[in-house]
Amino acid sequence: MKSAKMLSAAAVVAAASLALSGCSGSGPSADEPVALRMTVWTSNEAQLALFDEIADAYIADHPEVSSITFDPLDFDSYTTTLTTQLAGGNPPDMAWLLENAAPDFVSSGALVPLNDTLSSTEGYELDDLSEPATQLWRTEDGDLAAYPFSTSPFVVFANDDLLAAAGQPTAAELQASGQWNWNTLSDVGSKVNAATGKAGFVVRDFEYTQWDYLSTVWNGWGAAPWSADGKTCTFDAPEMVDAFTFLHDAAFAKKAMPGPGSTADFFAGDAAFTVTQISRASLLKESGITSWELLPLPSGPDGEYSVIGQAGLGALAQGKHPEQAADFIAFFTNPENSAKLATYFPPARTSQLTASTLSAANPVLSEAQLADVVVPAITSGTVRPSHTGAAEIQQEVRSGLDGLWVADADIAGTLTGVCDTIGPLLEQ
Amino acid sequence: MSGVLDEAPVVLAAGASPRAGAGRPAEKRRRRRLSRGDTLIGYLFVAPQVIGILAFVILPLALILYYNFHEWNVLANTFRFVGTENVERLFSDPKVAPVLGATAVFSIGLVIGNLGLALLLAVLLNRKVRGITFFRTLFFSPVVVSLVAWTIVWGFLLQDDGGINGLLAMVGVDGPNWLREGPTAMLSVIVVQVFKNVGLNMILFLSALQGVPREVTEAASIDGAGKAAIFGRITLPLISPTILLTTIITIVGSLQVFAQIAVLTQGGPGISTTVLVYYLFQQAFEFHRFGYGSTLALVLFVIVLLLTIVQWQLRKRWVFYEN
Repeated sequence: MKSAKMLSAAAVVAAASLALSGCSGSGPSADEPVALRMTVWTSNEAQLALFDEIADAYIADHPEVSSITFDPLDFDSYTTTLTTQLAGGNPPDMAWLLENAAPDFVSSGALVPLNDTLSSTEGYELDDLSEPATQLWRTEDGDLAAYPFSTSPFVVFANDDLLAAAGQPTAAELQASGQWNWNTLSDVGSKVNAATGKAGFVVRDFEYTQWDYLSTVWNGWGAAPWSADGKTCTFDAPEMVDAFTFLHDAAFAKKAMPGPGSTADFFAGDAAFTVTQISRASLLKESGITSWELLPLPSGPDGEYSVIGQAGLGALAQGKHPEQAADFIAFFTNPENSAKLATYFPPARTSQLTASTLSAANPVLSEAQLADVVVPAITSGTVRPSHTGAAEIQQEVRSGLDGLWVADADIAGTLTGVCDTIGPLLEQ
Repeated sequence: MSGVLDEAPVVLAAGASPRAGAGRPAEKRRRRRLSRGDTLIGYLFVAPQVIGILAFVILPLALILYYNFHEWNVLANTFRFVGTENVERLFSDPKVAPVLGATAVFSIGLVIGNLGLALLLAVLLNRKVRGITFFRTLFFSPVVVSLVAWTIVWGFLLQDDGGINGLLAMVGVDGPNWLREGPTAMLSVIVVQVFKNVGLNMILFLSALQGVPREVTEAASIDGAGKAAIFGRITLPLISPTILLTTIITIVGSLQVFAQIAVLTQGGPGISTTVLVYYLFQQAFEFHRFGYGSTLALVLFVIVLLLTIVQWQLRKRWVFYEN
């Protein structure tokens, strides 16, 4: 019996030690080489090769850093996985962050303030960072919590092959005749659908769940999901009701947009127009579309506008090496490396926001397209909506809007219901 | 009992008869020493299992209970005691009732669908006909397919313009938008899961059916019993231990469904397919409420425990054991 007790005790101690060993916060000693890890959502080999090239250059000058690893996570569950890593005591040193997660990460103090590190880095030229581009990533005190390393505008790609097959004017002709607006686009899309069975237009990635992509439409009506201070829901405002009435008509009456439960891939030739980010332009090469056009977002009743998506790069305060991580970010985003990264990620540096810089980044797009469409969109664009507690708001709105995506929907009533649900969340 | 077990190895080790040397002090000491050694070896054999259960079952349960009384903001790295706040939240959360309702509907639908179809398939495939192995393999194959891949493919088939509605259109039926309408969304998720795992229960039933003594059914047949009577009064009671096993496994599995919901419906439309595990995941990992997520995990644990105990107790009424 005695040995049984001893063994049981030993087993408990062993199990506890096993479990607690994963939780123990034994930090590295000063002499230990520093291994940095950055979570990213790209698994593009060319992009990862560029990151490795920049990291190797940094390590060459910093012998205290033994390695820098780029850890690709699935895009759809990126923020959840990152949070799980934090909860599991395995935080990365640096992380890309989506714009909709920015308020939570910035306001919680999860990120290391970068101002001091960036401003003390020789040749960094902190003042070159575009003020609007950094707005989302600043704390209440004005500190930069993350570097806005990708500022990608939403644009419209048009499949002129499909438009011609449907006997419709090309996108350039629509623009030249002053008809580049949502109503015309929906009318043309409806005719494309009637003639070819293909979709008229798609808001890529929306698919009736990621509703915040619809800001690329409702901004044309001057609508917003909540007030500027984020405290009041404005889903039920007349402008938003009009915008959703337009979308509902496009899906259920005109059949210009695929209905819920149907998908159409523009880059597979299934739609005449798509609203998406310029980074998708690379898909055109293999799409089989021979004649296409790049245009800004169509104007709405409220006039012309543009919307941008952003990603920030921050050093996690809970990481093992926050200081070294901040220092690496300063190197990763300095003018020289920012120009290299512009190959894939539109920079936040004003001096680099030129068609010539971006043309190196986007060989598929002409300098004229970049100068006329992309650069103005970046400089004047509104960032997609974001709010603290974004995940819960995202879920509640998605759930509320489900009532809208049926043929006989009560649009105003449904949007009022959305406000009833998220109103208390916005006030928190 | 333990004395008998303790003595046997000593006899074998000594190479003598059980009575040889009995009562001698030196022999007694040696026996005691060897007995302790055997006990130690026995405990060492079970130690990995015990450590595994402690580390991966007991400790997580204890941690969940602990977190249940705390609020943990992962981003801000703050952890504070909140007492029964999370439990109070559970009772005031308006979503808990519909979530538990959706969980019950899913579980009942899955258990009935899975066990019913599995038993039917097992009866049909318990025959000596040409190509029977092919059909057994065919129905079992979904079990070995990746769950997410299986669900994604079904997601495409269940689209409004997907394969299922395409087939229905061929016979002139205008199919519903399966994953976007409340009742059909839940039905779709259940059917996808039934087809995924029916093969496993089918194999267990098939194995049990093949263990039913032929002489018993033949005797009943000679006595004039019909096929239905033989199946209901002889076959079913004889395979009832397997029915108990599959029922417990299927119910526990149905309460833990996650990937299918995440891929097919994301809990929608509305929250009609938001089952407890998915809600727990949302609260803990998406909304960063690990404390409340732990409370929901405890609710799930209690439900699974109660259902298992109830079934275990009920077995006395309907499970037939030959011995």
